[in-house]
Order: sequence, then C-alpha cells, then structure tokens
Amino acid sequence: MGERTIDLEVLRYNPETDSEPHFQRYSVPCREEWVVLDALNHVKEAIDPTLSYRWSCHMAVCGSCGMMINGEPKLACKAFVRDYEGIIRVEPLAHFPVERDLVTVIDDFMDKLKRVRPYIIPRQVKAVAHGEHLQTPAELNKFKQYSMCINCMLCYAACPEYGLIPKYIGPAAIALAHRYNQDSRDGGRAQRQEEIAATEGAWECSFVGACSDVCPEHVDPAGAIQQVKIRSTVDWYKEHLMPWLKP
Amino acid sequence: MARSNKPIVWGPFAAGGTLTAFLTPALILLTLLAALGHAPDLLAYDRLHAFAGHWLAKLAIAGTVFLSLWSAAHRLRITCYDLGVRADTLVATLVYGVALAGTGAAVLYLARI
Amino acid sequence: MSRRPYQREMTSEWIFRHPRYLRYMTREFSCLFIGAWTLMLVCALARLSEGPEAWAAFLEGLKSPEVVVFHVVALAFAVYHSVTWFNLTPKALPLQMGDEFVPDGAISGAHFAAWGVVSLVLLYLAGAF
Repeated sequence: MGERTIDLEVLRYNPETDSEPHFQRYSVPCREEWVVLDALNHVKEAIDPTLSYRWSCHMAVCGSCGMMINGEPKLACKAFVRDYEGIIRVEPLAHFPVERDLVTVIDDFMDKLKRVRPYIIPRQVKAVAHGEHLQTPAELNKFKQYSMCINCMLCYAACPEYGLIPKYIGPAAIALAHRYNQDSRDGGRAQRQEEIAATEGAWECSFVGACSDVCPEHVDPAGAIQQVKIRSTVDWYKEHLMPWLKP
Repeated sequence: MARSNKPIVWGPFAAGGTLTAFLTPALILLTLLAALGHAPDLLAYDRLHAFAGHWLAKLAIAGTVFLSLWSAAHRLRITCYDLGVRADTLVATLVYGVALAGTGAAVLYLARI
Repeated sequence: MSRRPYQREMTSEWIFRHPRYLRYMTREFSCLFIGAWTLMLVCALARLSEGPEAWAAFLEGLKSPEVVVFHVVALAFAVYHSVTWFNLTPKALPLQMGDEFVPDGAISGAHFAAWGVVSLVLLYLAGAF
C-alpha cells in the first residue's frame, strides 16, 4: 500500500560520448504521493548517478525543473506519478538545445529576458528623499499577474512558433515587458517597443495559446502578447495616419 | 531591433476576424437556404438588386468582402508557415494578392449594379 | 569537458502532439472556408451585376448536393471561428472596473449575445423567417 513501481523512459545525452540522444528505462519504486522529480531523485541516488537534470525548490516556485513529461511541458515537482499510467516518458524541454540528459541550453532565453529591459524606467527620476512611489490596488492589479512568472520556460516549450522561429522573443519575455509597461511607476514602454514590437517580438505569435495553457503560475502570456499587438497597432496607425499627435 | 510594420497587415486581419465572427455564419445560412431551395426574400433579384444598388450597401459589401478576404488570407499565410512552408514572402504575395483581387473585382461588380 | 549541445529537429508533426494544437489548426483552417465562401460572394456579385437571367442561373447553380455540403462544412468552420474568437476576446481586451477586472465570461458572454442578436436581425431582415 502506498507504493507502486513506475517505469521511467528518460532521454539521455552525453555530449562527450553520444552522437545523438537515446532513451533509457528505469524501474522506480514510488510512493503514492511522489512527483516525477522524486522518481528522478531516486534514480540519481540509487540507480544511475550519471543522470543530469535541474531542480531546486521542489515546490513549484523556482522554475528549475521544467521538462517534457509524456510530451507535455511540466514542472517535474508538480507532476504527480499517480496521474500517470504505464511508462512515463521524460525528456528535456522542447525547442531548446540539449546540453546533457535533461539539461537544456537556456542562454537564448536569458538573453531575451534582458533585452526587454525588465526594470522600472521611471518617467522622471525620483530621489529617495522624496519618498516612495504610491500605487493604488487598481494600479497594482494592472500588472500583478504578469509579475508572477518564475522563468520556468514551459511556455517556450509549448509554443510552436518558438520551435519554428528560434528568433521569436517568446511568451515570457513579452509578458515580462508587459509587466513593466503596465506598471504605473514605469515610463519605458517606448524603449521596450523596440524589442517587443519588432518582427521577432509579438508579431510572430499566432495566438495558439499553448503558453498560457501550460503556465504553472497562470501568468497568461498569450493575453499579454495580444494586448501588446493591439497597443502596437494603435500606435502604428496613430503614428502613420495622425503624425501630428504627440507619441 | 526596429518596430515592425506588421500592423499594416494585422489591423485589417483583426478587424476582419471580428467582422466575420459576427456576420459570416448568418450570411452562410442565407446562401445555404438558397442552396436548399428556400432562398430568403432578400435573395430575389429585384430586392437584392435594389439593396445592392444603394451606395451605403455597396460600401458595406465592399468593406465586408475586403476584411473577410484579408483576414482569411492572413490566417492562411500563418498556417502555411506553421506547416513548414518557408517561402513566406511568396505566400504573403499570393494570399494578399488574391484578397486584393477579390476586393477589386467586388468593387467593379458593385459599381455596375 | 567539451560542450556539444544537441539541437532536436522540429517537424510538422507538432500539430499532433496535443489536442490543443489540433484545435488550433482547426481554427486556422476555418480561413479556407470563410475565404472560399467570400469568393463565392464575389461571384454572386458578378452574376447580380449581369442581370436577372444571370442571377437566376446563379441561384439555380447553388441547388446541388455538393454546394449544400460545402455550405454545411463552411458553416461549421465559421461557427468554430466565431466561438474561438469570442472566447479569446477577453484575453486581448481586458476590462478593468474599479480594482478588479471584469470576468472573462462576462466579456465573452456579451459578445455571444451580440452575435446572436446580430444574426437573428440579419436573418429576419433578409426574410429567412
């Protein structure tokens, strides 16, 4: 009672010895309440110490353990083994190059986050002596959900456009830009537009919506992207059809 | 990175998508009824000719044709890319070309009514 | 330690990876039928501009099983487009009233209601019932 043997089929890749990835099967005695991360930890501790993967908090707040579980981008610490039948297939997050085993190369993602200037760019610099920025609950709610991103990259793995067009800046980066654009303390939208209103910005999105589906924090990047598209379109038509209006 | 001119094609797409969402099912129903032999009154020649003869109706019909064809064209362009067709410029030229040609033809025919 | 990252290939089979991608493709394919029907509308305008005989011939030409099947399929896709479009509208156009946002269901619901009214009015004015 409380124990079940799970078969994990894990994608392995050793850059020093393998020409390409291959699957390896592990039989893991699991407790009923285990998540896939627990099963992986058991493999590493008791069966195969060479298995490499990222993880940290084990409570779905750090965003480290994102991987494909039965073809779906999930946090391994949030994928309960009791929800799966038969063999559980574990692969590195889709659309990212594989560094080793379940570890992906995330440099592209980190670059893109930086490009959107993810920090408050105040309209006017406010000296500390002048006190805090004041913000109403309504102003907070305009950006709060977009601030909940834990950078887990599940959205990039779910987004077919990112898979097809690697230059696409992607859901999390645009949601992050939107978080700052929507913040009443910020005045940097015009600068961020250079990145997110570019061709490789919001315009590569075709509103599949998979990103919002898989997001563990309910950030709704898809919604953020459509809002950016609409705002950018209004901007464009204003700028080109009514140039006398101040931006 | 510079801001894209995509809004030129996306604006009419969004407008067309909204218009077709509201109108197209009912419009298809009208011609479906005709196909089933129960053409609605408006589709009788005299009534339809009178309706389409009014300049406001012509404007509305031309606008509907343009936005419907444009949004369909834009979606088809994206779909081709999604399915692995990389020649985006060629596809875009073809689909938007058809949309504009269809609109041009509609305007021509409306002018003769 | 040498790095040699492996790039997995992306093929068109992604559309079968999960039902949500198939639903997305279905929604996208609606454009073929809406576009085709609109082109038929342009043909109708051509016949209408040519006079009563040409128009009568056009209406007669519609009365075939293939045309009926096309219309039924086109109608299904057009409705799917409408349903998906109105369900996504609140994501693109969130409405904040006071501190909170209007629930998505209210915004979609209002669009569905308007769609119903517009359709009924259109059909009534056209003499469909």
